[in-house]
Amino acid sequence: MDILAQLVERFVNYRSSLYSDSILDDQFTELLKLQDESNPDFVVEVASLFFQDAEKIINNIASALKQGPVDFKQIDANVHQLKGSSSSIGAGRVKNTCVAFRAYCESQSFEGCLRCLQQVRHECTLLKSKLDMLFMLEQQILTAGGSIPPIK
Amino acid sequence: MSVKMRQGGGHHHHHHQTLRAAAGDNLAKAPTAKKRNTFVQACRGWLPELLLVWVFMMMVVSAGIFWWMEAQAKVKRKEGLVGMCEMRARMLKDQFSVSVNHVHALAILVSTFHYFKNPSSIDQDTFGEYTARTAFERPLLSGVAYAERVIDLEREKFEEQHGWTIKTMERETSPARDEYAPVIFSQETVSYIESLDMMSGEEDRENILRARATGKAVLTHPFRLLGSHHLGVVLTIPVYKLKLPLNPTVEERISATAGYLGGAFDIESLVENLLGQLDGNETILVNVYDVTNSSDPLIMYGRQDQGGDTSLLHESKLDFGDPFRKHQMLCRYHEKAPASWMAIMTAVFVFVIALLIGYIMYGAAIHIVKVEDDCHKMEELKVRAEAADVAKSQFLATVSHEIRTPMNGILGMLGFLLETELNSTQRDFAQTAQVCGKALIALMNEVLDRAKIEAGKLELEVVPFDIRSILDDVLSLFSEKSREKGIELAVLVADEVPDIVMGDPGRFRQIIINLVGNSVKFTEKGHIFVKVQQVNQFKSLAKTDLESCTNGVPEKDIRGFDICPYKTLSGYEVADDRNFWDMLKRLVDDELLDSFESNLSSHGSSENVTLLVSVEDTGIGIPLCAQDRVFMPFMQADSSTSRNYGGTGIGLSISKCLVELMGGHMNFVSRPEVGSTFSFTAPFGRCKLAGCADLEVPIMADFPSIFKGMDALVIDEKPIRAAVTRYHLKRLGIRVKVVGSFGIAVEALCGRNNFTNSRLYSPDVVFIEKDTWISDEDACTRLSSLVAKQNGSASHATVILLATKISAPEIKKAATAGFAETRVMKPMRASMLAACLQQTMGIGMKRQQAKIVPTPGYCSNLQSLLQGKKILVVDDNQVNLKVAAGALKKFGAHIECASRGDAAVAMLKPPHCFDACLMDIQMPEMDGYEAARQIRLHEKEANQQSKEAPANERSCEKRRGWHVPILAMTADIIESTCDECLRRGMDGYVSKPFEVENLYQAVAKFFETNPT
Repeated sequence: MDILAQLVERFVNYRSSLYSDSILDDQFTELLKLQDESNPDFVVEVASLFFQDAEKIINNIASALKQGPVDFKQIDANVHQLKGSSSSIGAGRVKNTCVAFRAYCESQSFEGCLRCLQQVRHECTLLKSKLDMLFMLEQQILTAGGSIPPIK
Repeated sequence: MSVKMRQGGGHHHHHHQTLRAAAGDNLAKAPTAKKRNTFVQACRGWLPELLLVWVFMMMVVSAGIFWWMEAQAKVKRKEGLVGMCEMRARMLKDQFSVSVNHVHALAILVSTFHYFKNPSSIDQDTFGEYTARTAFERPLLSGVAYAERVIDLEREKFEEQHGWTIKTMERETSPARDEYAPVIFSQETVSYIESLDMMSGEEDRENILRARATGKAVLTHPFRLLGSHHLGVVLTIPVYKLKLPLNPTVEERISATAGYLGGAFDIESLVENLLGQLDGNETILVNVYDVTNSSDPLIMYGRQDQGGDTSLLHESKLDFGDPFRKHQMLCRYHEKAPASWMAIMTAVFVFVIALLIGYIMYGAAIHIVKVEDDCHKMEELKVRAEAADVAKSQFLATVSHEIRTPMNGILGMLGFLLETELNSTQRDFAQTAQVCGKALIALMNEVLDRAKIEAGKLELEVVPFDIRSILDDVLSLFSEKSREKGIELAVLVADEVPDIVMGDPGRFRQIIINLVGNSVKFTEKGHIFVKVQQVNQFKSLAKTDLESCTNGVPEKDIRGFDICPYKTLSGYEVADDRNFWDMLKRLVDDELLDSFESNLSSHGSSENVTLLVSVEDTGIGIPLCAQDRVFMPFMQADSSTSRNYGGTGIGLSISKCLVELMGGHMNFVSRPEVGSTFSFTAPFGRCKLAGCADLEVPIMADFPSIFKGMDALVIDEKPIRAAVTRYHLKRLGIRVKVVGSFGIAVEALCGRNNFTNSRLYSPDVVFIEKDTWISDEDACTRLSSLVAKQNGSASHATVILLATKISAPEIKKAATAGFAETRVMKPMRASMLAACLQQTMGIGMKRQQAKIVPTPGYCSNLQSLLQGKKILVVDDNQVNLKVAAGALKKFGAHIECASRGDAAVAMLKPPHCFDACLMDIQMPEMDGYEAARQIRLHEKEANQQSKEAPANERSCEKRRGWHVPILAMTADIIESTCDECLRRGMDGYVSKPFEVENLYQAVAKFFETNPT
């Protein structure tokens, strides 16, 4: 009982820290609402889908940036894609980085694009680790027989 | 404020119109008159002339009065003269005739005793004595004498007999004549005439002849009497020696004549005497004339040239009994008529008065003209001022709107800027700019609101809404702040307030936010308490006070509520501790109150409910000196206030305007250092049940029904706080019992104290106020154990701690006491309580409710719309696809996915079984627009075919023609995109990522028009 309570408290704190660091935004909350008995692993599925997608896109961008004449349009399309998916799962910081990225694409700034690519990559790995942690805690609570407190 | 002015203006206009109407009437009567048809206005040009005419007229009138009065006086004077004159004449006549009569008697005496007796009984002595003794009878006669007729033949005998000769008047021996009339008897006063022949005097002779011929008393004309030398007349009466026949001839008379009795009237002294006896002697002059010869009147009395007032004369006839002689009396005033002061005074007085009246009227007319001119001028100015006011408001509205547009741009750009990579300084600058911009926008909105209200452009909505949920929303807005400050924020809506009323929810919310926001801003300790009551049921209102608000707890002493000095929410003193009825009285004046009463009594629960909302805080209050300008825009208590607390101070004035626009009143009571209570009344329409049923959007927050019928026990020492808890729990359908202390709670749980009729009372939830808990923790543990015992036997009761602020050690204590999870931080809201209860009362329950809780209204509706629908979702982004599909699945739709445009076109080639399609626009190779175009193309072909072959029996073939609704999914919603969507054959769009509300609106649109 006591362990569970601690777990829950830790979970809640951790989750709220994700929000307060704006790693996650309201869309993630929406996503959580979509998960129910009939679809218990919805969020995890979507998240893994997102990371696969993101990895593919980041690789595309990286290779595009390596080519001789840089095709900014193609990079922009990719970033747009990433921005779409990140806003869908509520990855706030990834999305924000994408916004900045697209601005550099528009201004055809190679330096900016490179820096943004680094940033995006960093944000994605950060998000991945944070979410993994969150899911792990959630799993622990569920296995301990607790319930996930809803987001206020 | 301006609303009021406008009303005033309107009223004035109305008044003006009636004036005009009256003027119109006049116009009909006097067609020459102009617009302003008063007499004064009509002749304003020649007022001085009018004054002159008036003065002249009044001069004439007063002159007339003068003449009239003069004439009256003259008539009176004349009457006086006539009266006096006539009286004098009559008296003179009377006296005269008395004397004549007496002489007559004397004559008879002489004839009787001198001639009929033989020898004669009279001699001179007898006569002398008799006449002397009877002289008082003849006051007018200086003396009488008797002369005997002696003819010449008898002269000697006569002279011998008497011993003297007959002498003439000149005392000489008379020459021989035919006849003599020597005096034989004489009164002593005239004894000097004895023996004188009366016939020798001219006048006497005439008299004698005339007297014996007529037999009557005759008079001489006036002459100077012998002896006295006064003017006088002589009276002569004949004495006959025989008795005369009845109608004797003149000859008979002459022959019968024996002698003559004569007397001298001393007219002068006579009249003098007479007049001396009468009053008014001084004022008039009297002349007596003998007018026998009318051409030459002989004066008998008075002087001809005496002067006097010759203008007024009166002539009275005098009849002294001698038909031959004629006399008259002439009277006149001694002095000229005096000037009539009375008349002069009166005339002058009248004139002066008239002059004054004229002047006053003139002055008044001038004044009226001036005032009317001024009034006219002012009206013009007023119209101009009003126009200027409206123009100002319009200007404000326009300008603030114009400013808002670029401000939105600035804010948007700042937002974008913040999303880019910035170093901390830049971020700080940008954020500051954004905060300032937001504040500016808020201010602009407020100014715009005010301007709109003043320009009369603000129109209130009348839509049904739920007051309780609005208050909950407002509460949630401020809950963070109130928690930070540790003040208690609570809402209590009285039970009789209807669930749904008609009104403007946005404006109502704005007012409440303003008031609560203010209170939160200015309150550091204590509480903020929003109360809503209904101004209804007049009778019950009179006693409705705070205690009866907590109507579940009638006897507080028994139930152990603490007797706190102030019976308020937090125990702090409040500014306005009056009860509801007093508060209402302050808000509305007496007349209104009367109309309220009549309204209430006639149709108390018909169309309108008037709500009294009060927001009570225990903040710093408003300084007394600033209280009268609280509702003025941009007026905070003083400049330091705005420095300390921020804000513009326009909110209250807007709130007041809004309340007045709604038809209510706003007022406040504030005591510095104690707190303020703002309260307002506002009428709302009652919502007809039928009208509410088919509302598009459910307006009432519907709470999960699982709590219905539950029992809750609230342990709180403060009755009002308990009432608030009770109110929220009741909204969830929970039956509530409130007790003031643990002791009573334990008793209740053990079934004592008649709480429940002999049955064991086992509540599902027990709420314990933190303060109560802290004060008596032991009791609490006892209670917990009791509850736990019950848990073993029956259902499991949950114990929940309610707290406003809680310190770290208290948290620890609470955790050890088992309140780790079961803690509810105030401010309390029904939805929050529901969530908390769900959380603490078990997962099963939560699962059951999970679908509905978050945004219950839209979700349930969306679910009913989408249940069983087959929807194709097209997106090249796998993540987006998954999320969209998940969201739609959740509402019961069957989802198929496609990641390419051409795949979608193929799947939607008729015939197919999809009810709708959601399509991303930006896709590689074939984008959303192109896909939509091709889909429509195929549909068109299919429709043409089905026209040719109408007997088509496919399962999905219920529609009139193929037209699958296609909704664009897009991340950037700009007008042009939307238009583009519609132009390319799509039916609408939803924003990405999905928002339930947005999705609902889009989906509802075409599922309504396209029923399946």
